[in-house]
Amino acid sequence: MTAPILQVKNLGMSFGGIRALDELDLEVNSGEIVALIGPNGAGKTTFFNCVTGIYQPTQGDVMLNPPSRSSIRLNNLKPNQVAEKGMARTFQNIRLFQNMTVLENVMIGRHCRTKSFILGAILRNKATREEEYQTIEKSYHILQKMGLEKQANDLASNLSYGAQRRLEIGRALATEPFLLLLDEPAAGMNPQETAELIELINKLQQEGQSILLIEHDMKLVMELSHRIYVMDYGRRIAVGTPEQIRNNPVVIKAYLGEAADA
Amino acid sequence: MDYFVELFFSGLTRGSIYALIALGYTMVYGIIGLINFAHGEIYMIGAFTSFIVATVLSIYGFPLLAIVVLAGFAAIIWSSAYGYTVEKLAYKPLRHAPRLSPLISAIGMSIFLQNYILLAQTSDFLAFPELIPDLDFMEPYAHVVGTTDLVILATTAISMLALTLLIKFTRIGKAMRATSQDRTMAMLVGINVDRVISMTFIIGSALAAIGGMLIASHIGQINFMIGFIAGIKAFTAAVLGGIGSIPGAVLGGFVLGLTESFATGYVSSDYEDVFAFGLLVLILLFKPSGLLGKADIQKV
Repeated sequence: MTAPILQVKNLGMSFGGIRALDELDLEVNSGEIVALIGPNGAGKTTFFNCVTGIYQPTQGDVMLNPPSRSSIRLNNLKPNQVAEKGMARTFQNIRLFQNMTVLENVMIGRHCRTKSFILGAILRNKATREEEYQTIEKSYHILQKMGLEKQANDLASNLSYGAQRRLEIGRALATEPFLLLLDEPAAGMNPQETAELIELINKLQQEGQSILLIEHDMKLVMELSHRIYVMDYGRRIAVGTPEQIRNNPVVIKAYLGEAADA
Repeated sequence: MDYFVELFFSGLTRGSIYALIALGYTMVYGIIGLINFAHGEIYMIGAFTSFIVATVLSIYGFPLLAIVVLAGFAAIIWSSAYGYTVEKLAYKPLRHAPRLSPLISAIGMSIFLQNYILLAQTSDFLAFPELIPDLDFMEPYAHVVGTTDLVILATTAISMLALTLLIKFTRIGKAMRATSQDRTMAMLVGINVDRVISMTFIIGSALAAIGGMLIASHIGQINFMIGFIAGIKAFTAAVLGGIGSIPGAVLGGFVLGLTESFATGYVSSDYEDVFAFGLLVLILLFKPSGLLGKADIQKV
């Protein structure tokens, strides 16, 4: 058994007196789809923000264990460093670079995997040109995977809602992450778009992509996840397979409240 | 007719200098939302650097072309170093402070740099060596457009073209656009935002240094205060064109330069600033976001 690709131990985050995250443990194994669910305000997005370097957690460890490399402690790293180490994310609301083309959005994702700088841009030496060519090649390949290659030169703001969501995933994939974090990828989608998304995530998983996702759409969660973590009030209240979670009384209580006569 | 053409070219010359400086204002504003009031001083430092280098080299009898190129490079490097340092010292520590704090810091930096040059150099006007000789083939047109005007126009055009290509097509240019649109997201896709911001200051300062050297050799004298009025004018140009927009800064610069030139030629040089700022007021009345600026749509 290899070490889990993401290992979160005893993670805590306080905003003044409010404990948004409390002694949270979480693990994602290589090639696994893990879902993080919980009622609104449970601290799921705070968890993502802590893991990706937007917030600095007040206690605990976030360790990334890339396959066949030594593990990296992600605490106190800046978001761009976290991305460089191999973790990419999307947001609950769409945050594309709206004034750039679809292709450029994905190319931006390749930024931390490329090197050329001002001097290269001026001299246009062979290495720079080759790198640019590869960036376009790889970005286009990702667009094909996302089914967006026909719109490559459209502005991102002109895409349909579902396509914008897919583009966000594509941009995240362009950073070549070991672990992909999706924050409510199906939010606001119609049933058909959700079905397409499920298919897409399945395809990514089959290619070996490890995924951690936050989602409210239970159909998607139950269908995709290998394991589910349930949070409430910043704590982990349950973990298990979709089957175990579905029948867990603690989870049902957190979502529906306690019956008056119980 | 000749008079009109003459005014037109002198307006373009002025305008291109304003545009070169305005680009620095607009790029910095686009990326970190700050009006960098110390930018005029960077331009002034560019003029002083090229003055010192050009004077020293001409004492040693370097050929004119070598003097121009070396003085230009020295000005670009030195001004860029100042721009970079100013950002690191005065703005970076205030990155998460309320918007007013870096603005005050910028004004402080501007005053500091002016006085520093006053003390380190002189308060007198210095005669700037004539770097650009009158070319023979320009002789027949000399009564409407001088060689310096032409050189300034050409240099500005090349600089702007280079900047446009850089921003549109290169890796760092894409990173700059991404950072200006959504800084957090830019970080999350792995862009080192601090480096992009530094780069923006360096590029803006380099453009200002080019402007400083060109205008100093055109007008023929420099002084520690030249950055102040040039900065205000260029800032006006940037606002006129729509602050944050790069084509806007260029357009604003030319509109402002031409307005001033025609006002000077047809009315009186006393009214130059009246027309310039009157135009600004008029445009802002009818199009508050500037000529090419996009109105910020506040979503509720």
